[in-house]
Amino acid sequence: MPAEDAAATAAALLAELPPSPAVWCSGLRKRYGRRTAVDGVSLTVGRGEVVGLLGPNGAGKTSVIKMLMGLVRPDAGEVLLLGRSARDPRARARVGYLPELFRYQPWLTAVEVLNLHVRLAGADVPPVQRRECLALVGLADRGADRVSGFSKGMQQRLGLAVALVARPDLVVLDEPTSALDPLGRADVRDLLLSLGVRGVAVLLNSHLIGEVERVCDRVVILDRGRIAASGTLAELLGRRELRMRLDGVDARAEARLAAAGRLTRSGDVFTVELAADLADAESAVPDLVADLVDLGVRVHAVEPGRISLEERLLDILRTGSPGDPR
Amino acid sequence: MNGRTVLTVAALTLVEAARRRVLRALAALTVVLLGLSAWGFSELADTEVGTLTSGEAQLVASQVLNLVMFGLSLIAALGTAFLAGPTLGGEIESGIALAVLARPVRRSAVLLGKWLGLVAFGAGFVAVAGFAQFLVVRATVGYWPPQPVLGLAFLAGQTAVLLTLGLLLSTFLSPMASGVLAIGLFGATWIAGVVGGVGQALGNSGVAAVGTVSRMVLPTDGLWRAAMHAFQDPSALAQFGRAFDGFPFLSQATVSAVYLAWVLVWLALVLGVAGVTFARRDL
Repeated sequence: MPAEDAAATAAALLAELPPSPAVWCSGLRKRYGRRTAVDGVSLTVGRGEVVGLLGPNGAGKTSVIKMLMGLVRPDAGEVLLLGRSARDPRARARVGYLPELFRYQPWLTAVEVLNLHVRLAGADVPPVQRRECLALVGLADRGADRVSGFSKGMQQRLGLAVALVARPDLVVLDEPTSALDPLGRADVRDLLLSLGVRGVAVLLNSHLIGEVERVCDRVVILDRGRIAASGTLAELLGRRELRMRLDGVDARAEARLAAAGRLTRSGDVFTVELAADLADAESAVPDLVADLVDLGVRVHAVEPGRISLEERLLDILRTGSPGDPR
Repeated sequence: MNGRTVLTVAALTLVEAARRRVLRALAALTVVLLGLSAWGFSELADTEVGTLTSGEAQLVASQVLNLVMFGLSLIAALGTAFLAGPTLGGEIESGIALAVLARPVRRSAVLLGKWLGLVAFGAGFVAVAGFAQFLVVRATVGYWPPQPVLGLAFLAGQTAVLLTLGLLLSTFLSPMASGVLAIGLFGATWIAGVVGGVGQALGNSGVAAVGTVSRMVLPTDGLWRAAMHAFQDPSALAQFGRAFDGFPFLSQATVSAVYLAWVLVWLALVLGVAGVTFARRDL
């Protein structure tokens, strides 16, 4: 049966293809009147990848997210969600979304809100799992209460449950911790990490850089509607540096330091920017210290430093270009 | 997928109508109106009607019933117009719409679901309150309208027309503005209908055209007149009718099939425009 063979071969080939990205968008543009909010944004979120969207107020982060979710019509550009054009509502069948402005029907109970979203998503989620979802966000004992009696923080927790309830493959969270206390923020961080482990892709817009730095595999920085920089944290943050207070440094020791990376000296403080090949090596720092001690150098202090994402972000936004990673 | 969305949203809209304060307000207003009309009709039975011929008594009962039904239709119109605004415009403003519309649903299906839910709610209210009013009139003055079901269907149609307008307005106006504008247009059409009736009575075709045109632009008044015609006693009107030309609470004629077809076209057009406006709106 050649036709059947061909179909089987095609199916096998298709199965071997890597799955389409969770989010793929290209050349997104949006103007509001005379103001350009988003200007040619292209980005990709791979399956199971946690990507952070960073940028100052008015950079266009929420506009990009709303265009991805079909809530705002782009003036130009294409969006694919889980391999399907976002113009087709079915593209959002396996997508969970927590809007920046989170409000849920005040006349419904928390359980009824989840039931509504499960029905709208066309998903088959047994009641036990819906209750588990509420428990996951700390609302286990408030399921029968009307949303009108919820605090802002509780509504945001409910919003997280709504985003997660229909077993999504992609979760888009716009400022998911804006109304949460520090404990709630820690809960959300754990939740995001567990999503990543389960292979659920996450696009996270957050002002909390620490949060993004801890949970994201990759970061996209938006500024004035354009992508100012993007990459993995290692790519964006560049090389690690090492600050040491030493005495008894002779020419041989200085040569050993210089071999580790670019060396600057200020009095007895030596700063080494570890070379790219050494930056991620576990043994680079102890080896260097051991060698220095062998060479008779007295080591008073060793401070490994990493340029924080916050410093890097400010650097990018102030200089207006990604520049060279330090 | 669309059918499920429509039914889910329609059911949600009914739950919203039932749980919001508007239902309690509507129920309270209706009870007050029914109570007042029971009192008024019993007074009428005790005094006025005793001195009238049976034909005059039927005519008076018809007029007063139409007057009270106008009150009911006003309550239904106010209730549904002020439900239609918040349910769409209010949800866009508050952000409730964001989470719902990010689901795999078409906006047109959500809009149709809301419309269906509101129509069901409005029709249910008109049926229950209208029927209760008929019972009050029957118990007090012994009058039963000739075509009660048809009349209530016209009233439900009037409610549907107004809430469809309210939905359209709320796709681009704030909820309060859309409610106020819908009610204002409803009132203006009624006044235009009265003016048109006076024009007809005076034989002034120019003034009469005001009523005709307004009934085409917003078919609430046309349906209201058809409802009145179904509630009032036809023999009494035939007997005394000419003396009441232009009177706003008696209707000289019912509506034509062509007009009813126009109402259906009007509903489809307005709902279609609302669908397009809603689909194009950035949230």
